Amino acid sequence: MQNEWLYIGLFLVIGVIVPIVPLVASRFLSPHKPNPIKQSTYECGIETVGDSWVQFKSQYYIFALVFLIFDVETVFLFPWAIALGKTTLFTVVEGMIFILILIAGLTYAWRKGMLEWA
Amino acid sequence: MTFWNDPINFIADWLQDVFIGWGASTSVAEVITSLIGIVVMILFAMVIAIALVWVERKVVARFQDRLGPNRIGPFGIFQPFADIVKLVIKEDIIPAGADRVVFNMAPVISLASVILIWAIIPLASNIYGVDINVGVLYLVAVGSFGTLSVIMAGWASNNKYALIGAFRMVATMISYEIPMVVALMIPTIISGTMSVQGITQAQSSVWFAILSPLGFLLFMISAIAELGRSPFDLNEAESEIVAGFHIEYTGMKFGLFYAGELLHAFTFGGFMAVLFFGGYGGFFGLENVAGFTWLSNPFIELIVFLVKAMIGYWIIMWIKYSMPRIRIDHMLAFNWKFLTPLAFVLLMVTALFDKLLAPTQFYVAGMFLSNVVLGWIVIEILRKFSKHERVLQENPAEPVVIQAANHGQGVS
Repeated sequence: MQNEWLYIGLFLVIGVIVPIVPLVASRFLSPHKPNPIKQSTYECGIETVGDSWVQFKSQYYIFALVFLIFDVETVFLFPWAIALGKTTLFTVVEGMIFILILIAGLTYAWRKGMLEWA
Repeated sequence: MTFWNDPINFIADWLQDVFIGWGASTSVAEVITSLIGIVVMILFAMVIAIALVWVERKVVARFQDRLGPNRIGPFGIFQPFADIVKLVIKEDIIPAGADRVVFNMAPVISLASVILIWAIIPLASNIYGVDINVGVLYLVAVGSFGTLSVIMAGWASNNKYALIGAFRMVATMISYEIPMVVALMIPTIISGTMSVQGITQAQSSVWFAILSPLGFLLFMISAIAELGRSPFDLNEAESEIVAGFHIEYTGMKFGLFYAGELLHAFTFGGFMAVLFFGGYGGFFGLENVAGFTWLSNPFIELIVFLVKAMIGYWIIMWIKYSMPRIRIDHMLAFNWKFLTPLAFVLLMVTALFDKLLAPTQFYVAGMFLSNVVLGWIVIEILRKFSKHERVLQENPAEPVVIQAANHGQGVS
């Protein structure tokens, strides 16, 4: 195959079709007799109280923010990691300064109490 | 080129000639051949997933001192087929109030995200789907689809347990992605390429697990967390939220989640082998010695790869069935306060020593020793810290205040 990404595109199409096949087979082979009790929300045999879409802890949001910063920064590190073998020691020092700034950010978040599960 | 030296290209060329002979143009013949190859590759992955159901059930049984499946076929080896038949003919229940479209899409995306990884997995030097130059990044990118399927399943189920499980799972998966990406950078630095074939070939003389044992440990821990397996199985903590994000799924939809999880674990076992244990090769140069050249035969390489992946999978299983579950705050603190800083320090040490020692003959020993010294320093810091914590617990700082609050009625 000449174009690698065309191959991955084809792989994506087949990769989605393969899990759908047993679902379709199941639709034809399995019984279908719904009733209100069967379709009620499972909660260990007790009837559900209130709305199912509960409020979530804001801490998850904080961790998502911290993650976002780090994930974007790591993408910048990949080109550096590849080019390392062909460059001088100065590149390594530059990359280390970049990582140290990242760690300073992590330390800031830590000292501010962002990483505590309060 | 014969069948025994290069089976995939041999068959592909033959098929292409057949299609061109039938009157198809070259590009159409190429696409059709690729499609056949993709279907064979995915079916191979699915056969492995079916086999893994049996392996998983049998091994967990032995860990728990049971027999496991032993009725259908010798050693119960046909048990997964009975499981599949059962799952297919089970009624598919969609709870009232569920978001039907998202609810039905989630298991498909869950399995598809794992299957997509198989596009780049190097089974042998010439048995692989495609060798892209950003292979390592592709692994991380496709893994994010799994996170998406979890939040889709949890949100669409209209169930509190499912939603809580999904929140926990997503928090775990995105947090542990940071050390995992950094651990993936270490083979990239040492080999100078992101292609998985390149990384495998760079290990023909020495495994990266020897050059960077800490990097391997980081990758393994974060891979287990990404999989959501014990001790990081808060997403489906059976004793509190029953089954987590897939609690409302029945029949084949549950089966897809289950197959996806097992295949994902096996795939990560395979990537542990590829990134740190030489993948299909890595015989320390033995394959160049006369009398051992048969080691570079693709069929031997395929077997070697599968055995190494199975060992990695077995280690993940071993940890799963030996460890108790840990709390969500401990889990996130372990990641952000320990693994992430350690991963970045290790990245700096690896980059520096790789640059300084690469031309010298002390390269292997220096890299290994730098990892050992770093690990030792980390353990010493942890010991100091835990001692400090223990002292604080045994002698609370302000015992007088507690006594005053209780009006001096005997605090023990």
